[in-house]
Amino acid sequence: MSEIIKLKIGLASCGIAAGGEAVFEALKKATALPIDQVGCIGHCYAEPLVEACLADGSSVMYSNVKADEKSIQDILSLGGENRFEVPAARKAKELLKVLALAGRIVPTDLADYTANGGYEGLKKALSLSPEEVINEIKLSGLRGRGGGGFPTGMKWSFLAAKPGFDKTVICNADEGDPGAFMDRSLMESVPHQVLEGMLIAAYATGASRLVIYCRAEYPLAIKHLKIAIDQIYEAKLNVFGNRSIEISIKEGAGAFVCGEETALIASLEGQRGMPRFRPPFPTDRGYQDKPTMINNVETFGNIPVILREGGNAFASTGSEGGRGTKLFALAGDLQYPGLVEVPMGTTLNEIVFEIGGADRSHVKAVQTGGPSGGCIPVELFDTPVDYDSLRSLGAIMGSGGMIVIGKDRCMVETARYFLDFTHRESCGKCTFCRIGTTRMFEILERIVAGKGCEADLDLLEDLGKKIKAGSLCGLGQTAPNPVLATLRFYRNEYLEHVNEHKCRAMQCNALVDVVLDKSKCVKCKLCLKTCPLNAISSDFVIDPALCTRCNSCLDSCPKKAIIRAAKGDK
Amino acid sequence: MKKEYEFLRSIPNDPGNLIKGLQLLQSSCGYISVDGIRAAAEYFGRPEADVEGVVSFYAQFKRVKPGRYQISVCDGTACHLKGAPLIHEWLHQELGLKPGETAEDGVFSLETVACLGCCSLAPVMSVNGKVHGKLDRKTMMKILKEYAAK
Ligand SMILES: Cc1cc2nc3c(=O)[nH]c(=O)nc-3n(C[C@H](O)[C@H](O)[C@H](O)COP(=O)(O)O)c2cc1C
Ligand code: SF4
Ligand code: SF4
Ligand code: SF4
Ligand code: FES
Repeated sequence: MSEIIKLKIGLASCGIAAGGEAVFEALKKATALPIDQVGCIGHCYAEPLVEACLADGSSVMYSNVKADEKSIQDILSLGGENRFEVPAARKAKELLKVLALAGRIVPTDLADYTANGGYEGLKKALSLSPEEVINEIKLSGLRGRGGGGFPTGMKWSFLAAKPGFDKTVICNADEGDPGAFMDRSLMESVPHQVLEGMLIAAYATGASRLVIYCRAEYPLAIKHLKIAIDQIYEAKLNVFGNRSIEISIKEGAGAFVCGEETALIASLEGQRGMPRFRPPFPTDRGYQDKPTMINNVETFGNIPVILREGGNAFASTGSEGGRGTKLFALAGDLQYPGLVEVPMGTTLNEIVFEIGGADRSHVKAVQTGGPSGGCIPVELFDTPVDYDSLRSLGAIMGSGGMIVIGKDRCMVETARYFLDFTHRESCGKCTFCRIGTTRMFEILERIVAGKGCEADLDLLEDLGKKIKAGSLCGLGQTAPNPVLATLRFYRNEYLEHVNEHKCRAMQCNALVDVVLDKSKCVKCKLCLKTCPLNAISSDFVIDPALCTRCNSCLDSCPKKAIIRAAKGDK
Repeated sequence: MKKEYEFLRSIPNDPGNLIKGLQLLQSSCGYISVDGIRAAAEYFGRPEADVEGVVSFYAQFKRVKPGRYQISVCDGTACHLKGAPLIHEWLHQELGLKPGETAEDGVFSLETVACLGCCSLAPVMSVNGKVHGKLDRKTMMKILKEYAAK
């Protein structure tokens, strides 16, 4: 076998959280080989990941690497421990286009990016007229990846139609869905690709200002983007003939509603991020009252690919309901959580089971679109994932968060969780959204506390419909979705909560007791020592009045003698 | 403007920069005090009530002084599913804190945040920005002890 010439270590947020930095330090100490700090290849479950690049051009990957002598020496000697192969099922289904360079190049190295085809899309665009560029985008069939799915080419043509160059293009990097990390990963791993897409947009639409509105919770993404912007200025990539494009980053301050276009603009202007009535649309009057267009991070990430391939070639991937590929942030109850990229129209079965390695007998549903979306039961997993198919099920594609929900999770509690989120994030402008979501949340709290009644379910549906109709922006219009979808597919779970005061998943604390099965107990007293509230008596009985159902004793018992059981059951 | 807030001058004072100014204020002082609001209002030329309105709108801004170690428990979808409520319960048992509170000795403060982008390691919490993943009660207690001893 040939020798190692270079090492790469994944140091995006996920790699760092898994302990990648310590591994990096240990590698540095152990070898003089060059070590590239790269982004995320999407296999977050396998972090920290190290890739050994060999002289013959091939490479060997190592997963779950520890910072100890043994693991490090194993890599340096190309040993067999911790070797990592992309699972075959995933390799077969995945199509890496937008993510092709993520985790393979150094995010903050412009030369590395250009050596791998970077900025060829921009070069190609500059050889065309702005109209021709927009035409390629139209041919590609690209639709916005931020959730709405609006045709990108058409959006660009609206802004291009405005006279002059005093216009702004904004990259929406607010990534508000609290279970999604596609945009973070793109910005951390291939910041230049996102910026290249934005520069192409500036050229095609005649905008002179590019602004990235990024979540403040993403410090690494912001750092990488800032470095990349400096490099762009230095290489004068932002200069088109006599036009020079200004690029800036603004940090959000933690409000979900600021992902909405008009709220985002208000926030950029230093105001409370409250949506306003449209029209005027941002393309007519947006940031600083000038024509403005907003696209999502992943949308921009697709643009260089389209320019390189050509619109028609791009459109050959995907399905009727959506062209190209889509990134999904897979998380929850599955074996291989991480970031995946598949052609539009791939089925949920393929994504969840084949790629995600979830256990077929254990999965109940999947939630797409986060707090604006809905759940899709496992029985419908042959649904192709594209904008239109998901909408027909009352879910949405959203930006790409995909949470796998196991059989041991309560759907009522899941709905309560989402409403807890949306009712707090409502900006308060519309009565239906502000008060309606609060009432829905209260009803759900009542139900999980075992104090609901059957009429509550009708009330939820009624409120849900009215909130959708009576809200100004997408937040209110979609906030009831998680409740309406669970009511549609899992009404029986709601009925059990209200009629029988039972939570079949044993999750809702008010309906559950933690009980000790004396027949299994060997009196080792570990649980007694563990319980922080001394709720377990010396004769091994748990006092339900003292116990907060914190589960600590469950994990401590070597005999699994302590379980959660329906309240009242013995 | 009070001397201690002179650092605001590092950003241009147009009213649109208010949020940036508040972020700077918070990162320098740890939180946003009444005096801080007054200084920002004066510098950016906006009414105090207006500034107060912006501060209260955004979850990022804190009005009370945080502890030495800021524990941020992720309650994003993946972490919630994987047991964020239990983590809150354990922290409550251990430190007597609810989200938004700071311990009297000023060592820990607790807050809930949405997705830290490490869902594959759920459940996750961060302490002063350092992310700790795959938490169970044991690892959480160990982490608390380490910080408390520092
Ligand atoms: C409440 C709310 C939150 C949103 N959050 C985001 C977000 O975090 N990221 C995003 O790109 N789009 C978000 N959107 C959608 C944007 O308003 C907008 O449609 C999108 O950024 C347009 O870009 P695209 O056409 O490239 O998808 C949100 C919309 C609403 C109503
Ligand atoms: S729907 Fe809700 S979030 Fe949107 S503008 Fe109305 S109150 Fe605000
Ligand atoms: S669940 Fe928690 S409070 Fe209840 S007995 Fe067990 S350790 Fe004690
Ligand atoms: S830990 Fe388990 S086996 Fe030991 S005393 Fe408690 S219930 Fe019995
Ligand atoms: S949900 Fe906790 S890190 Fe994403």
